[in-house]
Parts: sequence; structure tokens; C-alpha cells
Amino acid sequence: MGLSLELAGIYKTYNGHEILRDCSWVFEEGLTYALMGLNGTGKSTLLRICALLETPDQGRVSYLADQKPLAPDLELRRRLTLLLPGVGVFNTSVFNNVAYGLKIRSVKRREIEKRVMAILDVVGLAHKRRERALDLSTGQAKRLGLARAMVLEPEVILLDEPTASIDQENTEIIEGIIRKMKAEGKATIILVTHDPAQAARLGDKLLLIKDGRLLPG
Amino acid sequence: MDTIFQGFISAFKLMAALDPTLLQIIWLSLKVSGGALVLAILLGLPLGALLALKRLPLRGLILSVVNTGMGLPPVVVGLFVYLLLSRSGPLGFMELLYTPGAMIIAQFVLACPIVTSLSHTAIVNVNPIIRQAARVLGANPLQEALTVIREARYGIMTGGIAGLGRVTAEVGAVLMVGGNIAGYTRVMTTTIALETDKGNFDLAIALGVILLGLSLIINVALRAFQRLGRASSGVVLWD
Repeated sequence: MGLSLELAGIYKTYNGHEILRDCSWVFEEGLTYALMGLNGTGKSTLLRICALLETPDQGRVSYLADQKPLAPDLELRRRLTLLLPGVGVFNTSVFNNVAYGLKIRSVKRREIEKRVMAILDVVGLAHKRRERALDLSTGQAKRLGLARAMVLEPEVILLDEPTASIDQENTEIIEGIIRKMKAEGKATIILVTHDPAQAARLGDKLLLIKDGRLLPG
Repeated sequence: MDTIFQGFISAFKLMAALDPTLLQIIWLSLKVSGGALVLAILLGLPLGALLALKRLPLRGLILSVVNTGMGLPPVVVGLFVYLLLSRSGPLGFMELLYTPGAMIIAQFVLACPIVTSLSHTAIVNVNPIIRQAARVLGANPLQEALTVIREARYGIMTGGIAGLGRVTAEVGAVLMVGGNIAGYTRVMTTTIALETDKGNFDLAIALGVILLGLSLIINVALRAFQRLGRASSGVVLWD
């Protein structure tokens, strides 16, 4: 069974500015949500709260499995992941970047090799596995970030502008990967995007953040 | 001029003949400085990491003390280590004064602030997104910290090399706590000082050339690590 996510009355303030105001939503298991809104409206903040990177000033973030809420511990954090807008590429090879999450979970070496190579094939970076990740282009780095997240087979995947500032070719590759994840239906996906067409193409449900509130799109 | 020229010729003869006294002095110098550096890394790296990664109380004060320690005059370090280890001092019972152990302690005191401060700087300068990336990929707090430290590895190595540079060139502290005993606590810098006093320039020049060579190697390594830190990585499948 996968995870669903429930936000209840989330408030967040930065430097005296209320960014999020009474945001509530139930993200159903296995669906893809496209989240839109103007710059600075709190989309990334909401995603970071969902990823348990930040705590809200008020409100509750609950992950549920079989309708039962889960404790926000390491075990839960390892069932979800967030693709950061800047990716955060580690200063090592492409292979090691993708293997990172598996290594820290003490997955066996042979298994890591198999899974990493399979995912690098999917994102089209297998031929670059020995190259240093910092030398990748922005588009390739985004694909690497996606591979690094996907290899963990998360039940919730949070994507913060995965196609921002990249060319059409890389955008198509990344959209293809997201579509594949959607088709498998194993993960709940929340995608932040500025592109309404992309939101329509990929999202099962559209959401909008306006004046700090989370609204149906 | 003639003396200097003759000194160089004799010095190269000593080096070419692998003079046992010369080799013994070099070996002891490397042992003392290497030992001090290992101890400085063992304490300085975790302390630098802790100061960089944790919001400790008095962090600013500790950093100020550490940064002040980077400019400690060796003779002052020598004096305090001497007082600590002397017969009437609090650590006198260990009977370390005028032993290589005392010299390692003195050099450790000189190297540790450098290693701590440069490790702290290297770790604090790692892009915060790296820590967040580690966290969202499922790292626990220790794995998160180790990932950030790993990203700072070249800066940390720079700190180690800078610490080594400081202690290999140092003379005051080791002279005071080591006593410059032939065959026991005589290292390159103290030998150069002694032999120059005696007007015996052969050994002094030979050791001077070797010390300069060592300094050159250290600086080349330092620059290499700084360059690596700016741009690059170990490109291997498994590490």
C-alpha cells in the first residue's frame, strides 16, 4: 500500500509575511497533482513542508497508510522524496550520486549496481555514469536529480519545478519519466510548475496557491 | 660567497651519500610533525565540523579563540607546554619534557587551530542545498553531516596541509620542549639553528634545501587541493 497525505490548516510566516494561510488538502494515493501559482506565493514552501524539511507555524501534515497516520520519523522520510529546484548535485560521479540514497539505506552493492544502472538507462544518463556530476548540463542535472529520487522507489514524490530553465529536449525526457511514474501508479506525485500546459498534461488534479491559500485549479 | 658555495657542495655530497645523521634527523622531523598533524586532525576536524554544523552555545567565542590560535607565536606555545610538562608542572609526572612526545604536543597546539578553523570554513561554505538533498534522500543526521563533510573534503585537506606547513617550519617551540638532543630530539629546524651557530654550514644547508623542498611539495599539494575543491571530484564508480 502507498501513502496519502493530508494537510490541515497549514500556516507559515517568513519575516512577518504570511506565506501560507489555512492550507488544507487531502492528496490521494497514486494520483498526480500539479500545483501552480505566481512566484513567491509559497509553492516551494508548501512542498518543503510536505517533505518534512520545514515545520508549519500552525496546522498538521499527516502521512497515512491504510488510513492510519504515521509518525514523522526517519522511516517515513525514507518513503518520500523531494526533487529540489537546484537539485543539489554531490561532488562525485553520476553513478555515486544516484547510488547515494541506496548506500545510506545499506542496500547490497550488487543490488545498488543493478538498480542504479536501470534508472540511469531510463533517464538517458547511463553513458555518463563515470563522469563527474558537476560537469552535467542543467537539463542533465535535473534528470540526475530525478533518477536519484526514482531509484529509491518513493511512495510520495515531490517535484519542485523539474523542468524550469531547461531546454525542450530535456523537458520532454523529464515529462516522459513523470508520465511513466504516473502510469505505474505506485507513487503520489505533487508537481510544482509555472507552465499551465504542462500542468494539464501531467496533472490528474490541478491546484492553485493564491493569496496564501491552496485552492482547486 | 665562497663559504655558501662550499656549503652547497658539501650539502649535496651529504644528501647524495644518504648520510645517516641527515636521514635520522629528517625521519624524526617527519615523525614529530606527522604525529602532531594526525592528532590535530583527530581533534580539529570533528571540532570544526561541530562548529559548522551545530548551533552550539558560545560558538562565536570558540571560533574567535580558535582563529586567535592560528597566529600563536611558537615560543609562547613552547613556554606553556614547557611549564605544563616540567617537573613542577601539572603534567610533570608524565616525564615527557625533552622527548619527541613533548615536541609532538607543542606542534599539535600550533597545528590544531589551523586544522579546526580551515575545516570549519570549508564545511560552512558547502552549499546548504547539499544538506537538504541528503535529507530528502533519506539521510539520518549523522549521514547528513558526513555528506556535508565529504563535500568539503578538499578544503579540509587544505587545512591539513596548511597545518603541516606551519609545524615543519617551526623551530621555537620544539627547541624549548625538545631540548635539541642529538639523535633523540634534534629535528631539521633545530639542527639548522644549531649548526649555523657553530659555523658548520654543510649540514645546515643540506637540511635547509630539504626543508625548502618539503615546503615546495606542501605548497604544490595545497594548490592542487584548492583547485580540486573549486571544481571537481573523484570520478569513480565506488568509493
